[in-house]
Amino acid sequence: MKSMPQDGLVVVCKKDCETCVMTQDVYHEIGQGNLPVTIYSQDDPHFPDENVIYDQDLEVSFNLDIEVVPTLIRFENGVETDRTFSWDRAEWERVSAVNGLGLGLIDSKPGCGALNVMPGTLERLQVKYGDTGITARQIEIPPLQDDIEACYDRGWTDGLPVVPPTPERVLRMLNGTHRSPSEELGLVPPNRVSVTVQKVAINAVMAGCLPEYMPVVLAAVEAALLDEFCMHGLLATTWFSGPVVIVNGPITKKIGMNSEGNALGQGNRANATIGRALQLIIRNVGGGKPGGVDRACLGNPGKYTFCFAEREHDSPWPSLAQERGIPNEKSAVTLFAGDGVQGIMDQRSRDPESLAKSFAMSLLTIAHAKARMVSDAILVVSPEHSRLFGEANWGKNKLKEAIQSFTMTPGEEVVRGAQGVTEGMPEQFKNATLPKFKPDGLHIVRAGGNAGLFSAVIGGWVASGPIGSTAVTVEIKE
Amino acid sequence: MDQSTILMDPTAELSPAVRERLPRLDDLQGKTVGLLDISKARGDVFLDRLSELFKEKGVTVNRYRKPTFSRIAPAKLKQKIVSECDAVIEGLAD
Repeated sequence: MKSMPQDGLVVVCKKDCETCVMTQDVYHEIGQGNLPVTIYSQDDPHFPDENVIYDQDLEVSFNLDIEVVPTLIRFENGVETDRTFSWDRAEWERVSAVNGLGLGLIDSKPGCGALNVMPGTLERLQVKYGDTGITARQIEIPPLQDDIEACYDRGWTDGLPVVPPTPERVLRMLNGTHRSPSEELGLVPPNRVSVTVQKVAINAVMAGCLPEYMPVVLAAVEAALLDEFCMHGLLATTWFSGPVVIVNGPITKKIGMNSEGNALGQGNRANATIGRALQLIIRNVGGGKPGGVDRACLGNPGKYTFCFAEREHDSPWPSLAQERGIPNEKSAVTLFAGDGVQGIMDQRSRDPESLAKSFAMSLLTIAHAKARMVSDAILVVSPEHSRLFGEANWGKNKLKEAIQSFTMTPGEEVVRGAQGVTEGMPEQFKNATLPKFKPDGLHIVRAGGNAGLFSAVIGGWVASGPIGSTAVTVEIKE
Repeated sequence: MDQSTILMDPTAELSPAVRERLPRLDDLQGKTVGLLDISKARGDVFLDRLSELFKEKGVTVNRYRKPTFSRIAPAKLKQKIVSECDAVIEGLAD
C-alpha cells in the first residue's frame, strides 16, 4: 500500500461529483489546523488543483476501502483514527478538528459512489491489489490468441464454447458463496483429485453460471462425490447415463430456475449451466473424458447438462426433497443416474387408475421390455396429469404403489428366451412374479407447463442400487 | 488484444500449463502418412526421399501441396489430409 501520512488528513474525491466540486475549498480550509492534508483525486489529475495526487489506478482508494466520495480520513501515529464521507459540516469539523468549515455551503449533502467500487472495477482491483484467496494456477494466453479457442485447445470444453475463466470472473463467482476458496469438497473421479471451492468456481464460470448459482453447484458436486452415487462407475459405463440434477426448494425461485414449460429443455440459464458446471468439473478436475474413462457406447444429450427444478408452488404433492427428508423451507439437490427423456402420451384417462396404468405400461420398456428390477427411473408428471391424482387424493406413494402393482409380471414371460427373445431375466426368476422396479427404485417429480397431457420417463443406469448408483440428496447451504 | 490474458486453470493441474501435443503414433504399421509440400524450394527433394523410405517399410504415403508457402494451408486441404492420413510430415524450410 502506498504510504499514508503518519499524522494527517486524507481526502479522496472525484471531479465527476457535485458534492466534491461544491466542497473543494473545504479541502484547503481543513489544512488550517495542525495536520497536513493529502488530497487524492480518482478521476482528474487537476481537480481540485494541481497539488492533488491522481489515484489513477485506484490503488489508494481500494486500500482505504473508499465507498463514497468525498471521504475524509484522519491518521494518527500511522493508523486511521476517524473518517467521514459525503458533506456534513459538523462531521468534517469533528474529524479535522477545524471549525468554521464551508461557511457558504449548505450544512450537508450526500456524496457520490467511489470509482473503485463501480461494478467490474472492484473485482479488478481485488485481483490486482487484494488477497483473493485464489491459488489456482494462472495460465497466460498470449496476445492475439483468442481466449475461447485457447480453452478448446487445452481440452477444457464439452464441445460447446466456455466462458474464459479470468481471475475477475472467478472472483465474482466466489462471491456467490460464503465458503472458503480453499475448502475441499472431496475426491473427483476418475483421477480421484481433491476438488476445492475455487476449482468449482472456475468451472462454474466456464459453464456460464451466475455467482448466485454457486450454492447449488457446490451441493451438486458434493452429491456427486457421495460413495452411493458411484460417479466413477457412472462415468465409466458403456450405458447412456449421466448425472441428472433435480433442484427443490426456495432457491429455485431465487435464481430463476425453470420448472414449468420446457423444464427439461433448453433456454433457462440456471438449468443449463448448473448441470453443465457439474459435467465440466468431472471432465476438468476429475479428468473424465469421452474416449478416456468415459466409455459410453452412445451417451445422451443430457451429458452436456441435465438439470431442472420441481414445480412445487401449485403441486398436490410433497416435493422430491421433502420425500427424501429435507425440511420444507430448505433447498436441496437430488442427483440421479439417468438417461434421456421418453415421452408418455395419455390424453384420454380421466381417472387415476387408468393414468397410473398408462404410466406403468410406458415405464415397462426402460432398458428392455423384459428387464425387471434393473434400472431405477424418474417419472416426471406434468401439471395436467398430476391434477387428476390430486383431485382423487392420490399421493406420490399411492401412485408409486399402483404403478409397481400394474407392472407385476409372471417371470416366465420375461426370462431369457421367453417371447422368442434371448435377452431377459435369469432363469431363476421363472416362477416368480416381478415388479418393474426395486423398492425405492421409482422417483416421482412434478414439472412442466400448464398445458399438455404428457408426462416423461427418465430411465436410469442399468447398474442401480448397491451394485451401481443410488439417487442422493444434499441440502443446499445458502 | 495487445495484452496477454490470464485464465485460471480449471483442471487438477496434473499436466503442464502449456498446451499438450496431440498423441503421437506408436508405430507406422498399416498407417497412412501424408507428406505436405509447402511449395518451398527443394521441399520436394526432401519429401521424395522420405516417401522412398516409408514405402520401403510398407507405409502408405499420400502427397499434398500447399498453393503457396506464404499463407496457411486452405481449410479444404487440411480437411483432406485429416480425412486421409494418420500422421502428416510437413517440409517447412528451404
